[in-house]
Amino acid sequence: MISDYLAEFFGNKILGYLISAALPLFLWILPYALYAVYAERKVSAFMQDRIGPNRVGPKGLLQTIADILKLIQKEDIVPASADKPLFVTAPYVIFAGTFAAFAALPFSSVYIGSNIDLGVFYIMAVSSFSVIGILMAGWAGNNKYSLYGAMRSVAQIVSYEVPALLAIVTAVMVIGTLNLNEISQMQTSRFWNWWILGGPVEGIQKFLYIIPMIIAFIIFFIASLAEVNRTPFDIPEAESELVAGFHTEYTGMKFAMFFLAEYGNMFVVSAISVSIFFGGWQSPFGYLGNSLGINWLIPIEQVFWFLFKGSLLVLVQMWLRWTLPRLRVDQLMSLCWKYLTPYAFINLVIVGIITLIK
Amino acid sequence: MKEYLRNTWLGIYTVLVGMKVTLSHLFKPKVTIQYPDVRIQLPERARNRLYVNIDDCIGCDQCSRACPVDCIEIETVKAVPGENLGITSNGKRKALWVTKFDIDIAKCCYCGLCVYPCPTECIWMTDVYEFSEYRREDLIYHFSNLSPEEALQKKLNYKKFEEEKARQKAAQATTANPNPKQDSGNEN
Repeated sequence: MISDYLAEFFGNKILGYLISAALPLFLWILPYALYAVYAERKVSAFMQDRIGPNRVGPKGLLQTIADILKLIQKEDIVPASADKPLFVTAPYVIFAGTFAAFAALPFSSVYIGSNIDLGVFYIMAVSSFSVIGILMAGWAGNNKYSLYGAMRSVAQIVSYEVPALLAIVTAVMVIGTLNLNEISQMQTSRFWNWWILGGPVEGIQKFLYIIPMIIAFIIFFIASLAEVNRTPFDIPEAESELVAGFHTEYTGMKFAMFFLAEYGNMFVVSAISVSIFFGGWQSPFGYLGNSLGINWLIPIEQVFWFLFKGSLLVLVQMWLRWTLPRLRVDQLMSLCWKYLTPYAFINLVIVGIITLIK
Repeated sequence: MKEYLRNTWLGIYTVLVGMKVTLSHLFKPKVTIQYPDVRIQLPERARNRLYVNIDDCIGCDQCSRACPVDCIEIETVKAVPGENLGITSNGKRKALWVTKFDIDIAKCCYCGLCVYPCPTECIWMTDVYEFSEYRREDLIYHFSNLSPEEALQKKLNYKKFEEEKARQKAAQATTANPNPKQDSGNEN
């Protein structure tokens, strides 16, 4: 574990753990968020037969860096009638929720922020923390559109947590642990050991698990889209109805924090899907380090695979965003309560029956 | 129940169809024309910035009169005898100094009505469409090829000529015909 190594290196447990905790922020979240925004714009452009940003730097690669520099220079406006303490803390609360979730993500067999046994549970708990931040932001802005956005967002996130958790529970019931590192560990060697393809189970059960696992993954994926407020579930920030939803009143770096949190959240939910259904940091077909006999290469490959799979799912989220129109509020609720939740329950029961087969 | 399952199936199926459509567009050639680098060929008779070939202009003022928004201002001075202004490209003799030929392109409505009456075809619409300026005065184009000093000189020349003529006429009138009233009657 890198955290232990750093603690030994600095001779101080707290300092070592702090640095270890800051690693994903600086090495992954910030560069990832910058280039996810870039990818989003490029993907949307390509899907609409446009070119997208291509002026700043080669192929427009420096566009988001220029945007961030612009946002830093912007005036930080706090509306006169806003609830100031809430208004100022809201973006940090939302970002803290996102960042806290990174603590339990298994980036590789040697790096996990905190190797806790309740990993999945912890992530689902802290990522719903951002609901509070969204409500704070919407309320503190003292703007009816912000408040509408926040109310919708809270209704949406709280509802969609039900099918999301049911889908996760379906998988966890088979897996038998909530520790994300262990879940990744057991889907070892080849991709047919990933849980989406039945996991490392022997016999007929493996084939019986495939369809319920795929259904569980789809339900979780749809519900997680709603939890991170992405289109088609972006009614909290519905531009055409609510200006920009809960972050209407924010400017400059505070606005950037919302963006960072949104893109961070996208990666978190993708990372959960990856860890549970797609083998976590396991390579789909063995490691180069193993065949070459270079041991230190394996953790690096694992980091690569984890980030690669996570980013791929983020790309699918973007793909969906530029494909589907926004749902209406009643459609949103009926999709959650009338379709996803019953299917998740039925799936849960079916998987429960399969586990009983001897 | 049947409808419920149908809805579920339709939901999944239509999303997949939509995703297929967007995915296929991901690899299609882009339709964007990168404007400052690449330009669309304008239609043959596109009407954009006006241009005046002042060498061909005979100062007839017809374009100015045709203009519905009065954006063309022309001032001319008659040439004095002995001055050779040359001829236009289609063989018309020029008899007027064009001391001022201003087009306020900010007022121009690009109707092209000034182009048709021109007897020497010296005013036309070009295909230049990028001519924004920071100051409105910069949008008044001066086409006259005479400098202000030259223009003043031409004016003075003509004035002098007029005075000379008037004096000659007066002298002639006093010497040849003491009664100018009768004389003018005869002339007509």
